[in-house]
Amino acid sequence: MKLHEYQAKDIFSKSGIPIPNGQLVTTAEQATKAAQIINGPPWVVKAQVHAGGRGKGGGVKKAHYPYEVVTATESLLGKPLVTPQTGPDGVIVNQVLIEEGIEIDREFYLSMVVDRSTASPTMIFSTAGGMEIEEVAAKTPEVIFKEHVEPAVGWMPHQARNLLYGPEPPLTPAAVRGLMAVMANVYKIFIALDCSLIEINPLATNREGRAVALDAKVIIDNNAPFRQKELLELDDPREKDPLELMAEKYHLNYIRLDGNIGVMVNGAGLAMATMDVIKMAGAEPANFLDVGGGASEEMIAKGVEIILKDTRVKAILINIFGGILRCDVLARGLVAAAKKNEIHVPLIVRLAGTNVEEGRKILSDSSLEFLVARDIAQAAELVAKQVSGVN
Amino acid sequence: MSILVDENSRVVVQGITGREGAFHTKRMLDYGTVVAAGVTPGKGGREVEGVPVFNTVKQAVEKEGANVSCIFVPPPFAADAIMDAASAGVKVIVCITEGIPVLDMVKVASFLRDKDSVLIGPNCPGIISPGKTKVGIMPGDIHRPGNMAVISRSGTLTYEVVDQLTRAGLGQSTCIGIGGDPIIGTTFIDHLKRFKEDSETEGVVLIGEIGGTAEEEAAEHIQKEFHKPVIAFIAGQTAPPGRRMGHAGAIIARGQGKAEDKIAALQEAGIAVALNLATLGGTVLEVIGKKLTQIKPYLDSHLP
Repeated sequence: MKLHEYQAKDIFSKSGIPIPNGQLVTTAEQATKAAQIINGPPWVVKAQVHAGGRGKGGGVKKAHYPYEVVTATESLLGKPLVTPQTGPDGVIVNQVLIEEGIEIDREFYLSMVVDRSTASPTMIFSTAGGMEIEEVAAKTPEVIFKEHVEPAVGWMPHQARNLLYGPEPPLTPAAVRGLMAVMANVYKIFIALDCSLIEINPLATNREGRAVALDAKVIIDNNAPFRQKELLELDDPREKDPLELMAEKYHLNYIRLDGNIGVMVNGAGLAMATMDVIKMAGAEPANFLDVGGGASEEMIAKGVEIILKDTRVKAILINIFGGILRCDVLARGLVAAAKKNEIHVPLIVRLAGTNVEEGRKILSDSSLEFLVARDIAQAAELVAKQVSGVN
Repeated sequence: MSILVDENSRVVVQGITGREGAFHTKRMLDYGTVVAAGVTPGKGGREVEGVPVFNTVKQAVEKEGANVSCIFVPPPFAADAIMDAASAGVKVIVCITEGIPVLDMVKVASFLRDKDSVLIGPNCPGIISPGKTKVGIMPGDIHRPGNMAVISRSGTLTYEVVDQLTRAGLGQSTCIGIGGDPIIGTTFIDHLKRFKEDSETEGVVLIGEIGGTAEEEAAEHIQKEFHKPVIAFIAGQTAPPGRRMGHAGAIIARGQGKAEDKIAALQEAGIAVALNLATLGGTVLEVIGKKLTQIKPYLDSHLP
């Protein structure tokens, strides 16, 4: 679960990580007031959307006069923002963060993630602040420093010293002190809130060595909500695709993609592989949909409904390898969905595994019109035929 | 032979009184697995499918000689369940549970470092040595005893692959689902080392997916150390970056974990990569056929 910048900064501030003074606004009037209260000029006006690359997409604006704060806010609010990480339609900006401009001496990069290969939380620090870390890693890996945390011990001051006494030119003693405190707090938040990512880029220091988090990115582990209930309030459903939101409600794993072949599969790996097969057959999947291991009839029916709501869909491929999910359950769900919604596009069904005979019988006894694929190769062929017919 | 589990495995099912635990206990028993005990804290003394239930894994080990654990405990309690099994000295721990918080797995990985337990999973279908024992949730009837090993990050995709192998006349020595989470107990490399020593295993099918760098690491290891034929498949060639594809570990993040990079690394290491799932069985047969002559079809062998 992604947090907005202003939500992450609120958490930072409460945990002792300095942030710029700022205010969240949703109207131009609020922006006028904010410009009066917050120190300036300059001010920074920042669109609050989950997608990254806001700077490149024009979602971060500098204002030198109070009226510029208002016009910048107006130019963002209610309008789509297109960034390298959004689709071509962009995402609607519903909220804007107005902050004081901070005098900067140096900019750094700081993040914490769980490193898969060492199975440990890892602090990543770089002197190349304000740049995309992927680019830095590719071009100048020597300015990126890492420290793995021993889980039983936690973050230790010597690790911060290892990171902070390495870079050239050397940091001032005051900056070292400021950044050490930020690192300790980042670790504390990371553990306390079950984060999968905390990223501060840039993390700035001023001439006095005071550290300030100019940006804030926090992602919460999707497996942790059961013990992070208060964080669920920070979830912003407006940032999600409506069909993805509907799928979430029924515990279906649905991701909208750009093609026109609706896909329903049990299991994430098989779903990905099925998408790949579709693509190789010359078509494009409209979605990823993993109904999971223990899907019920109702979940299957909802899954079909969600696919049908996507008006781009020209054909549907259902690929089920019954394990825990039995083929007869799938078939009943499919028939139930067809009773509620008219399936107006070709339906290709491939069933294998547990109770496959019963599943096939339920389908053929129903009034449902569908094409049977013997195996995944034939399923791909049928999909390709549909596509060449449609296009 | 086979690796990690066989007819001598005495399984303790943790979370045996739950819906999933009870259901799969029956399926495992039907396959011929020796389910020696079950554990649900506070429900010791009961029976599920004729299997005695204990309050702790320690008791299950002491009373029933359990040496393999299969965990169906819900996510909030799963990390503790894994540690429970390891503390009790269970040698092979299979964790089926999906949805364990990553930071819990950080603790588990640290806890297991000085134990000699092998953890498979979490978020995996389990492990099966066809004809001998099945510890997990995979459908037993698609498997046949034989000489191909399967190591996979996926669940149902593994069934698809195994089904194609069996149809191609290629039985399996042991099939392992290592799990779809960012932190898992054992990796491709851990099991490749075991399959290297297993005289029954003549080739390996390695099923990877987007996210992380496990496939790249496996490629390097295979090139240096593993000289039996390997056929790899990578799911998610068309997955967009930044979107988590179901599995917590299946995400292309920060430019890392792309299918194309994995495929390139495997091919550079001289490993055959089946690009199309639809024809994977044929690809395996081709590669194995070239390198082996003594592969026997197992289609007619009896099911346990």
